[in-house]
Amino acid sequence: MECGTADAVAPVRFMTNCTLKPKTEPKTQLKKRTHNMSLKKHVKLGLSALALSISFNSVAAEDPIKVGILHSLSGTMAISETVLKDTVEMLIEQQNAKGGVLGRQMEAVVVDPASNWPLFAEKARELLAQEKVDVIFGNWTSVSRKSVLPVVEELNGLLFYPVQYEGEESSENVFYTGAAPNQQAIPAVNYLMNEIGVERWVLAGTDYVYPRTTNKILETYLMDMGVAKEDIMINYTPFGHSDWQNIVSDIKRFGSAGKKTAVVSTINGDANVPFYRELGNQGIAASDIPVVAFSVGEQELSGIDTAPLVGHLAAWNYFMSVDNDANYDFIDQWIEHTGNEQAVTNDPMEAHYIGFNMYVEAVKKAGTTDVDAVKDAIIGVTVPNLTGGYAAMMPNHHITKPVLIGEIQDNGQFSVVWETPSLVAGDAWSDYLPGSRDMIADWRKPMFCGTFNTATGTCGASAGEMAAADE
Amino acid sequence: MSICRSLTLLLIALVCLLSLPATAQENDPGKALLINLAEAPASKVEEAVNAIVSSGDERARGWLEAYGNNRLSRVKDTGQVVLVLNNRGRDWEIADPLTGENMGEMSRRELDRVAINNTIRGQLEGILAMLDLNAPDPKVREASAQDMMGKVDASLVEPLEAQLVQEDNAGVRDRIALALAIYRVGEGNVEAVDVLAGSLHPRARAALNEAARSDNQELAASATRALESIEQKLKLNRAAETLYFGLSLGSVLVLAAIGLAITFGVMGVINMAHGELIMLGAYTTWGMQQLFPGQPGLALILSIPAGFMVAATAGIIIERSVIQYLKGRPLETLLATFGISLILQQLVRTVISPQNRTVVTPEWMSGSLVINDALSLTLNRLYVLAFALIVFAGLMLIMRKTRLGLEVRAVTQNRAMARSMGIRATRVDIMTFALGSGVAGLAGVALSQLTNVGPNLGQNYIIDSFMVVVFGGVGNLWGTLIAGLSLGTINQLLEPWAGAVLAKIIVLVFIILFIQKRPKGLFPQKGRAAEG
Amino acid sequence: MWLTRPLRERSTQLFLGVLFAALVAVTFLHLFMPQDSALHVSAFTVTLLGKYLCYALLAVAVDLVWGYLGILSLGHGAFFALGGYAMGMYLMRQIGDRGVYGDPVLPDFMVFMNWQELPWFWHGFDMAWFAFIMVLLAPGLLALVFGFLAFRSRVTGVYLSIITQALTFALMLAFFRNEMGFGGNNGLTDFKDILGFNLRTDATRLGLFIATGIALAIGYVICRGIVTSKLGRVSVACRDAEARTRFLGYRVERVQLFVFVVSAMLAGVAGALYVPQVGIINPSEFSPLFSIEIVVWVALGGRATLYGAVIGAILVNYAKTVFTGIMPDAWLFALGGLFVLVTVFLPKGIAGLLQKRRKAKTDNDTPTGQEATA
Repeated sequence: MECGTADAVAPVRFMTNCTLKPKTEPKTQLKKRTHNMSLKKHVKLGLSALALSISFNSVAAEDPIKVGILHSLSGTMAISETVLKDTVEMLIEQQNAKGGVLGRQMEAVVVDPASNWPLFAEKARELLAQEKVDVIFGNWTSVSRKSVLPVVEELNGLLFYPVQYEGEESSENVFYTGAAPNQQAIPAVNYLMNEIGVERWVLAGTDYVYPRTTNKILETYLMDMGVAKEDIMINYTPFGHSDWQNIVSDIKRFGSAGKKTAVVSTINGDANVPFYRELGNQGIAASDIPVVAFSVGEQELSGIDTAPLVGHLAAWNYFMSVDNDANYDFIDQWIEHTGNEQAVTNDPMEAHYIGFNMYVEAVKKAGTTDVDAVKDAIIGVTVPNLTGGYAAMMPNHHITKPVLIGEIQDNGQFSVVWETPSLVAGDAWSDYLPGSRDMIADWRKPMFCGTFNTATGTCGASAGEMAAADE
Repeated sequence: MSICRSLTLLLIALVCLLSLPATAQENDPGKALLINLAEAPASKVEEAVNAIVSSGDERARGWLEAYGNNRLSRVKDTGQVVLVLNNRGRDWEIADPLTGENMGEMSRRELDRVAINNTIRGQLEGILAMLDLNAPDPKVREASAQDMMGKVDASLVEPLEAQLVQEDNAGVRDRIALALAIYRVGEGNVEAVDVLAGSLHPRARAALNEAARSDNQELAASATRALESIEQKLKLNRAAETLYFGLSLGSVLVLAAIGLAITFGVMGVINMAHGELIMLGAYTTWGMQQLFPGQPGLALILSIPAGFMVAATAGIIIERSVIQYLKGRPLETLLATFGISLILQQLVRTVISPQNRTVVTPEWMSGSLVINDALSLTLNRLYVLAFALIVFAGLMLIMRKTRLGLEVRAVTQNRAMARSMGIRATRVDIMTFALGSGVAGLAGVALSQLTNVGPNLGQNYIIDSFMVVVFGGVGNLWGTLIAGLSLGTINQLLEPWAGAVLAKIIVLVFIILFIQKRPKGLFPQKGRAAEG
Repeated sequence: MWLTRPLRERSTQLFLGVLFAALVAVTFLHLFMPQDSALHVSAFTVTLLGKYLCYALLAVAVDLVWGYLGILSLGHGAFFALGGYAMGMYLMRQIGDRGVYGDPVLPDFMVFMNWQELPWFWHGFDMAWFAFIMVLLAPGLLALVFGFLAFRSRVTGVYLSIITQALTFALMLAFFRNEMGFGGNNGLTDFKDILGFNLRTDATRLGLFIATGIALAIGYVICRGIVTSKLGRVSVACRDAEARTRFLGYRVERVQLFVFVVSAMLAGVAGALYVPQVGIINPSEFSPLFSIEIVVWVALGGRATLYGAVIGAILVNYAKTVFTGIMPDAWLFALGGLFVLVTVFLPKGIAGLLQKRRKAKTDNDTPTGQEATA
């Protein structure tokens, strides 16, 4: 019964025994846990004084594989994150229809961290410690990931993070299926520089860590490429900024210096609609000053009338318009799942698609859902992505991705105008930041380190920890 | 019998009509041109486009426009080039570009888009503008000449010069001359600098800036001189622009706050659900646009009364179900309405969608009103500014000139006395709250043209609204107007200097300090009503 | 002595009794019950309860100014967050060279942002005593300056509420700015240890939980001491009739300032205890909506009772924990509905309900004089 729990390297022989069991027994588990059941549990929980919790016995083999979904369903981030919850639920349904994994069904455990960062940590702990989930798919913002990170590391969980982010992180327990800066920002800038001939740059972003870092990296990169300091304008705005008159007017002025100008936008979600509206109204056309965005996808565009924006750009690793049968099938399934003919897909959804399939493959490879075994097995796992290629999990827990540049069309979709000739492997530590230039991550033994310093030949953080332990 | 026969005849005629172009299609030169374009590698696209232009085919314009708008696709199986009429969803409606005949719907999987990028689109715009220069309407000609700025290349110089000679409209001539001069300055022509000297057009400035950096001493010197004189003119325009930005932001603040000025200022209800009432107005606009697809303008106008009614109805429900039980406990209305705001937000998320909704801006509201080349006022904001002033005037009229206004003022000043004079205070309460809520709905209709329509819309404005009302003085509509406009202007004046975040912080600190100086706001209420 | 007086009150004794009983029970159940027993309290639950207690202390602080002074502060989240940031800065410095970049002095986010040296206001936070003083001092000073200005010029009522909201909103925007040197939107996170104890061990969690319980007890006694003292009576008088109290010769603004500053410091302590337990502090704690929520807890529990604030805070947050788990799509309906129903049907909150029942039982046995609501 107790197979594949605590032991780090569980013998495969035993595993097959365990996994055979459910085949001989009738499947009583429902694929998705009903609310009733958990309601009952929580009522009990409520009755036994305040939050006296009931801990469950460890997972038995015929139990379903529990998949925690940690996406905000309310609050400011619900706009972006609810579709990701639906995506994972859909993937689980499909996997169960195929007979589950290792003969076990999968079950979604959904919680709502409500766009509240401390609550993310609490809910992650709830998922891992109380619900004993085998894997978590979740988070959108960097701060929520930072908040969850110590919990996942402490309780040795697995987290698949599906959003493009600033890099500078590699955790043993986290798999980054979104783009690192070298998989989005740098190729996009290269495209603008080489194909469009841009010489003057506006780096506009929302004031938080992802734009700050990305812009820092881009600034160093551009200056390395010989762009003068006065040809770079950096601007930050608060979250949800809605009055762009002054900034757009500044951009217009900055663009009239006689050099081809482009805006590299790391403006976050909600602030984009008023930004693009203002661009359109002040008459900045894509052929004059193109805007390349890293945070605007199909989902965001579905809230904008895109007619005035035709030709502005976005850099992603997936577009809904990608001409590929796997993608069309995914879209068909998604539309069927949501029951909405107009439903759109986007890049983080593809990241979850890849992450989910990688997890399934890794579990099959390891023959168990044991966290350490899966962690070992997943490195090198390769699954098809939706753009006609393959995504491989690298030793630094990032994946390989194609980089696509798309132009906005009047139907709220992007048309791909350029793509990297080959797949780009995610870089956890940027080469363009002085602090991380020499660092690499490799979670294979014997190195097994997220912060290996190639200059000193030591593993940064764990060296410190060892020193502390010695004292 | 005769009906039958004529029907048969009609059918035969139709079949003939349909089959004729089909045979003609094979020899249609357009077909080869389009396939040539579709198959051209990136480097040959320009050639293919030029071939279409020089063919003199009258359908060329339509093809190029479709190409520019990503509406040209190829059927994967047959290789036929088709026009995409509707490219939303999984099945696209297509038509034959040669005959214009509708070919029905085809799955997106079967179609391959003819690729275009910004560089080509830019050239295409120049070519299309060139075609438009022959249009009979001088307005169209002027607009297309305007589009030519910065897009002139060697191939266009000659036709433009020819156009300049035969053009009789002075405005269009100026534009063409300017467009040519921009090109020539770029080529190092010193005389052309003089043409640009007085122009405020950003493209002209861009050309001069580039010239000022050039190695040609003479050119650089005269370009620098020209730039100096332009800078002088620009300063004034920039000041006017900032003022407009400020008033525009202010008008948004006024709109958002004015409903609150009534429910909070006059009735004393701290309505935390005010933001959500704004949100309801915005969603009404979206709903109306769904009801009238293809007519965003009509839908927008209709949503003004509709938004008012929806929000007012919601207001009445809130008043009847909750607020009436909280008479004389203003602080508790804060808690109850906070609860309501949470419910309304989640309701929208559950019933409609957690995602933002698209609200289309009608044609007449997009773009900007061009004062001169350096100063143009964005139309949507101009309309919102006017709308805010109209709403304010309307409210003033209601409060000053109608019986309702009189009763509202009476009830606010002395409820018991008003009741003993025969005023039905409960009814007045309902009407006042409905009015305040309805105005919030109007704000929502206006905001749908500026910002996101989503569940978080209300939250973004609630704090600003309270600041404006308190800064202006609770219970004073004029105060709200002045406060909104001045806070907006201060913010925009500070922004270029301090940045968006710091500007906002400074404004907040300013409000805090101002309240120390005048604890009852800009226009404090006087007399007995002010106490308690 | 004003501090010992509350200890002789029956209500305080009851409150402290319940609190300590709960602390002991949780500790016992956590330590001595076997893991798989139904009665075992997991480390997760202990931390969760610790968080509730922090919120309870914060609610007590708000109740002190709102219930007994009549100042509806919509900005108490600011004091809470400042206390939290002071603690967070201490915890950041404790990481030392164990950060990902291994810089012995600079926290990770500064290395990341290319900062060359520690900003001046970060100095001293490597010492626990300094940080703990700052936990009290930072919110206290802010409250002193803000209160001095506001009370001196007699800003009252909604005006005061709205400018407290402006205060916390401005601070939120400021802390969001990365240039401020507080980690911007990501805030401070990835803490390792506190006073040498590893934050990731269950023992430290339990210790923090107990410390929070004790802090709540002390905070409660201080507040009780203030409201039963002469100063407390004057402050209640201010609440009910400010002008009249002033005419009687009391320096109203001094009373207000004193109570306001004490309340801010208590909120700061609550924030400082909150941070190591949840593991992150970031500017969203400054959000005006959070401050409004605190007021809602107090109202729900019952204003001007102190213990009501504790009940309200724990209940609402417990409800949030449960609802976000069992009905992630609809919990806001439940929470929002709760607020509406309580304000309409329970104007004195849960404490009012308790009082009513007690009154019904013992008729006019207990003297509850000053508990008048405005």
